[in-house]
Amino acid sequence: MKHIVKIITLLVTISALWTGLLQMSLVPRSHIWLLPIYFIVALGCYGLLMVGIGLMRFPTCPKEALLLQQDISEAKEFLKQSGIDVGSD
Amino acid sequence: MAVAEEVKSKGGNKYSLIVPTYNERLNIALLVYLVFKHLRDVDFEIIIVDDGSPDGTQDVVQQVQRVYGEDRILLRARPKKLGLGTAYAHGLKHASGNFVVIMDADLSHHPKYLPSFIKKQQETGASIVTGTRYVRGGGVHGWNLMRKLTSRGANVLAHTLLWPGVSDLTGSFRLYRKSVLQDLIESCVSKGYVFQMEMIVRASRKGYHIEEVPITFVDRVFGSSKLGGSEIVEYLKGLTFLLVTT
Repeated sequence: MKHIVKIITLLVTISALWTGLLQMSLVPRSHIWLLPIYFIVALGCYGLLMVGIGLMRFPTCPKEALLLQQDISEAKEFLKQSGIDVGSD
Repeated sequence: MAVAEEVKSKGGNKYSLIVPTYNERLNIALLVYLVFKHLRDVDFEIIIVDDGSPDGTQDVVQQVQRVYGEDRILLRARPKKLGLGTAYAHGLKHASGNFVVIMDADLSHHPKYLPSFIKKQQETGASIVTGTRYVRGGGVHGWNLMRKLTSRGANVLAHTLLWPGVSDLTGSFRLYRKSVLQDLIESCVSKGYVFQMEMIVRASRKGYHIEEVPITFVDRVFGSSKLGGSEIVEYLKGLTFLLVTT
């Protein structure tokens, strides 16, 4: 099944539940009318929250940059000894 | 790394490293040295697919071949820049290993992680081991806030819409079983870094066993991987394409 079909199925199921709730009118209708808006707002909040958490916990590795510089000088030394000419850069 | 000593060529596995290059004369020599340093007891070959670099990358590769041997370093050049996806397909044609590693030549993918890819594959029997920057032990260096923000935003969007089952979709440091890579290359059509995302999403949909290992990513040329408006549009197009075709 294509992924878009899965997502559409999910959305249709949610809409079916929602219309079901509207029909039954157990809770005041005005509340149920607002549910889709809550849903969209919740989805947006989730996205923003995940991006925020991701940014705060963004894994960085400044040590790795130093280690790489060491590895590069070590490799350059070897290339020089082996007579490999990589040019001026 | 401590795992380097533990990795032995069990069961006669051979690893073919495919490295596409374009103007990487210094980096490719450094990369080869570091690969040989970190993969001591492993049967491997390095296949360099050079797209006609004008800076003399191929000269350097030939010099490196004289040091390490033409059976370990294979130069399989192409006349001009023809794109990443076809570079892998081209390298794959010449690969004699039963596993293939794909990595960048610019040292943002450090060869010291190769033993952990191999070890992970041997432990789990996975068909694909993908390097991830976004877990404990992984990381990125050299990105500004804007670059981090777009990266996180793109990741959250892709995870919400595609449920791919892997944490790092656009990273391209990966180990594949050769037959699996062949199958994936035939079914993928995107270009650029969307290609990396398509490969892993299709692999996940086809039910291949995918494992992850943490890697660090050091962006040495500041701003080399900055994302502009057109890249964001390409990314969104790619996302939509994957949504309706996978």
